[in-house]
Amino acid sequence: MTAIPHETTKARRTAGIPFLLKTAFINALIALVLFSLMIGIRTEAGSDGQLTYWTRFGDLASIVAAVFGGSIVIELLRQWIGPTGAEKLVPPSVQSGMSFIGRYVAPALLIFTLLVPVIFYDQRYILDLAILVLTYVMLGWGLNVVVGLAGLLDLGYVAFYAVGAYSYALLATNFGWSFWVCLPLAGILAAFWGMLLGFPVLRLRGDYLAIVTLAFGEIIRLVIINWQSLTGGPNGVSGIPRPTFFGIPLDNSDDGLAAKLGIEYSPTHRIVFLFYLILALALLTNWVTIRLRRLPIGRAWEALREDEVACRALGINTTTTKLTAFATGAMFGGFAGAFFATRQGFISPESFTFQESALVLAIVVLGGMGSQLGVALAALAMIGGFELFRSLETYRMLVFGMAMVLIMIWRPRGLIGHRAPTVYLTKANAISSDLVKEGHG
Amino acid sequence: MDYFAQQLINGLVLGSIYGLIAIGYTMVYGIVGMINFAHGDIFMIGGFIALITFLILISLGLTAIPVILLVVLLVSMAITALYGWTIERIAYRPLRHSFRLAPMLSAIGMSFVLTNYSQVAQGARVKPIPPFIIGGYTLHESADGFVIQLSNIQIMVVLTTIALLGIFTWLVSRTRLGRDMRACEQDQTMAALLGVDVDRTISMTFVIGAALAAVAGLMYLLYYGLVDFFMGFVAGIKAFTAAVLGGIGSLPGAMLGGLAIGLIETFWSAYFSVEYKDVAAFSILIVVLIFMPTGLLGRPEVEKV
Repeated sequence: MTAIPHETTKARRTAGIPFLLKTAFINALIALVLFSLMIGIRTEAGSDGQLTYWTRFGDLASIVAAVFGGSIVIELLRQWIGPTGAEKLVPPSVQSGMSFIGRYVAPALLIFTLLVPVIFYDQRYILDLAILVLTYVMLGWGLNVVVGLAGLLDLGYVAFYAVGAYSYALLATNFGWSFWVCLPLAGILAAFWGMLLGFPVLRLRGDYLAIVTLAFGEIIRLVIINWQSLTGGPNGVSGIPRPTFFGIPLDNSDDGLAAKLGIEYSPTHRIVFLFYLILALALLTNWVTIRLRRLPIGRAWEALREDEVACRALGINTTTTKLTAFATGAMFGGFAGAFFATRQGFISPESFTFQESALVLAIVVLGGMGSQLGVALAALAMIGGFELFRSLETYRMLVFGMAMVLIMIWRPRGLIGHRAPTVYLTKANAISSDLVKEGHG
Repeated sequence: MDYFAQQLINGLVLGSIYGLIAIGYTMVYGIVGMINFAHGDIFMIGGFIALITFLILISLGLTAIPVILLVVLLVSMAITALYGWTIERIAYRPLRHSFRLAPMLSAIGMSFVLTNYSQVAQGARVKPIPPFIIGGYTLHESADGFVIQLSNIQIMVVLTTIALLGIFTWLVSRTRLGRDMRACEQDQTMAALLGVDVDRTISMTFVIGAALAAVAGLMYLLYYGLVDFFMGFVAGIKAFTAAVLGGIGSLPGAMLGGLAIGLIETFWSAYFSVEYKDVAAFSILIVVLIFMPTGLLGRPEVEKV
């Protein structure tokens, strides 16, 4: 807004080594104070409940040294690259080339995904991982309707996932209803909860809406934990029936699918079936989203994302528009939840924490809000990355948080893609919507 | 009646802690217009630093409790304030003119970083400390033997809160910094044109908010006798609820909201069910935002095109 930051960067570019060292030294000093007690001293409660502590000055020293070196490197990089409008980092020619490749990436990826069970038939681990990734792709696409298309920040998406999972789990274990009956019901129930939450709160502004959805997600989780007679509380629901191939069980019995087809039974059949099931569900989500984007309601969502005030001025009913986005997103969350329940065979409130919501949100943000392909790739990168660093369990959420901050700083519109509105004026505007804050154009 | 009075005392003490955290939310929202999602975790960091300082001082052989408390207070305020400053510098300042959701998402990321940082650095187990401030007063003893007690630590929490609130009100209403803060709250561009260093003022807002959260962390540590790495999340949401209830952007409102949330939570636990106390607090947040989005003392927000 002011010209001051620009001038300081100019001054920095001309500054030499003394400046560099001074900055690095100050940063190291700050790091020393920050980490002195938290890293330098380690506390632990002993067996008698007394706290003891020991020092870790070696770790402290190495971290401070890392900050010192790191800030020199960052400062040097900053001087080489110069002040950047972070989003313009990729030149237009490369961008058009990427969109050319992008046209072929999606079909290629789809064909590869279809072939995954064929290629990796013997590798149970990869199949399980692929199912997990696809579950998150589906969740990401579902949330994408709310966050990416309609621009409503939803921090409680996991609530609808939980509603779907518990709907199926409870209906199936208590009444013995089959998966195929419960699946639509789970979606409808989740959509219903979405409406129930959405109806009163959608008048709120972005940040408030985010906090309310977060509170809603926590309420659902706390109710699940405490309503023991219905949900089993922290112990969860176990013995959830496995899905059937439209009524034919996928087991080793005489009426099993394998026996009917006259082939030898293998437990992998069920995994492959689950894989194609979630793939179908995810593709359904994708297809519905793409179709909806062409309908007036989808156009209204995108318009709402770009400028809410203008929408109201044009006579779009913002409440209904937001509500449909919310309900649609919630419905897909419910589907994914029902699938999750049938795949795991056991669900407990632990699977539906805020962390899960944040993970799905991060997938959507990383993928470039609104871009379908971007979300799919982001889910692959994120879940795959989590899997790669499984041995570093404790550090992985730390890295996840840092990645979220860094992405927001460098590429706030997403690392992979950025979806512009489906329709826009071909004549260039005075300023692009990229350059202004929403609702403040 | 006695039971009620005892719960009233407990609720006011809890509310003071929430109020101190809520001030941080409300100040930042007033000036930058973002929800500092990581503020609850700053409170947690403050608690941890207080705990570690306690341990060191005791192992050094200090026994005078007032001296220990004062040193712990100052150290944890100073270091936590530096945390607040650094977080603003790294995660929020580069995003000040980014799109609307960016700072919020960055703050969520920062909250994860802080939670997991303290888990990695200090372990996942709950850290207890022995009670430092013992004793108290018996205010009233009823015929059936129910005693209303006011412990010394409760008195200390409330007195510290009142003192800090006094200092803070003076800071905002009487000093140069306070005037700059109020100017930035109204119009950052105009304030910058008139010679207010906007960056510095915003930094100071985070510093003050974090220092108050550190005090809240110390109070929490003394009152409950433990800290753990996950306590910031729920406390943060409740304090945010308090800030919204009081009217976001309003300092007396934040304190009032904090007291209200503390009382509601305590009475809900006492008369209805302990299990659903968090549900009650979160439901209040939703209800307040729907029916009273400006809160008790807030100004209605004007939407500008």
